Amino acid sequence: MPALTVARRELAGYFATPVAYVFIVIFLMLAGALTFTLGGFFARGQADLGPFFTFVPWLFLFLVPAITMRLWAEERRLGTIELLLTLPLPQWQAVLGKFLAAWAFCAIALALTFPLVLTVNYLGEPDNGVIAAGYLGCLLVAGAYLAVGAAMSAMTKNQVIAFVLAVAVCFLFAAAGSPVVTEFLSQRVPALAELARALSITERFNNFTRGVIALRDVVFFLSLMGFFLFANAVVIDHRKAD
Amino acid sequence: MAALIEIERLSKRFGAFTAVDDVSFAVDRGEVVGFLGPNGAGKSTTMKMLAGFVTPSAGTARICGEDVVDNPVAAKRHLGYLPEGAPTYPEMTVAAFLGFVARIRGYRGSEAADRIARAMGLAQLEGVRLQPIETLSKGFKRRVGLAQALLHDPPVLVLDEPTDGLDPNQKHEVRDLIRRMAPEKAIVISTHILEEVGAVCTRAIIIARGKVLADATPQALEAPGRTLEQVFRDLTMPQPEAA
Repeated sequence: MPALTVARRELAGYFATPVAYVFIVIFLMLAGALTFTLGGFFARGQADLGPFFTFVPWLFLFLVPAITMRLWAEERRLGTIELLLTLPLPQWQAVLGKFLAAWAFCAIALALTFPLVLTVNYLGEPDNGVIAAGYLGCLLVAGAYLAVGAAMSAMTKNQVIAFVLAVAVCFLFAAAGSPVVTEFLSQRVPALAELARALSITERFNNFTRGVIALRDVVFFLSLMGFFLFANAVVIDHRKAD
Repeated sequence: MAALIEIERLSKRFGAFTAVDDVSFAVDRGEVVGFLGPNGAGKSTTMKMLAGFVTPSAGTARICGEDVVDNPVAAKRHLGYLPEGAPTYPEMTVAAFLGFVARIRGYRGSEAADRIARAMGLAQLEGVRLQPIETLSKGFKRRVGLAQALLHDPPVLVLDEPTDGLDPNQKHEVRDLIRRMAPEKAIVISTHILEEVGAVCTRAIIIARGKVLADATPQALEAPGRTLEQVFRDLTMPQPEAA
């Protein structure tokens, strides 16, 4: 499949520049620091990764758009978008390939947090099934944010605009289920409160960290990704030469 | 048999600005068409539409009978395209970059290796195969773009300024290469260098303000004791308006 060829090239491109290493080091440092300080990893006296999983989506909120902001902007700047899109592959395969590379990259960053898993297993007897579900949740959140960010990157040549738009839209999905938003909405427009809760990434992610892998949550994340990837393909088709 | 490149009444408008205005021509096997015109005349936009990168506002373009809008992947399979400025991924080595293009074009294993070796030979890149493209000189970068366009030995070649940034020896080699390939292919090259047209092209199309102003052999254009440069200037300089 050409998408996999595109993904392979992209992923190699991440590691050919300092971008990948800076991202991974900052992610690991922040994830570790937040888990042990604000999260009170030791003070809680519980053998689980609860504190870690609390912070990962918020870290992704800022770090994932930093990956996606250059996704299409860089191709435009180098002019390689013209090369890529005049090769004989359907455009959606190019869109999918770029997304898969970014997702695989996030998976690598997540996998490198494995010392935390070893630590809790050394200190106590955690439920490793719950931990695995939590990681799956993190990966799905990363995928959703990546799809949003990639679509924003397709819309503008400017990387700063792509970053800010991606953070804003991801934040909408992250905050939609929070009490502040739902209470505000249910007092004024009750219909929207239901919608906001249904679109909330945070609530669904919390199911995963409790060890519940519900099909409808997985379907929710996959359709969110599908929707934004489709939007990405449409935007690229209309604005590729701009 | 129909011509390998068929362009019919092709137009491209950007808002109120018409970049390409009702352009039609066809290119047969064995022809090398030199696409001439001042900057901003619509040469690159026409080539981008032919390559399926810019969507036409009106009209059709076909490569080997495949419509570039309705059947883009099939059309692109028959096309070798060197975009303006020969963009490539700077962090990749020459071999990795050509390997990527070969995989996208569906070549695997020894066939891919053979095609890459052949393309590197044609563009004389063997000496730099393991160098990252960003470390290469402008001339080498252009030849990497050329190798990418020749990799699958396409029947149709569209080359936007293939000799830009090359030194005189390299220009000579690229022109030689184009002449050697000419008999089996339909080739369109755009250029600012008028003597290049006389040297390699069997036909010249002069375009300005989006319109085709002349379409003839270089010899026919030069016929009445004028140089190609005079013809070009007469055709493309804005006519002084009567006061």
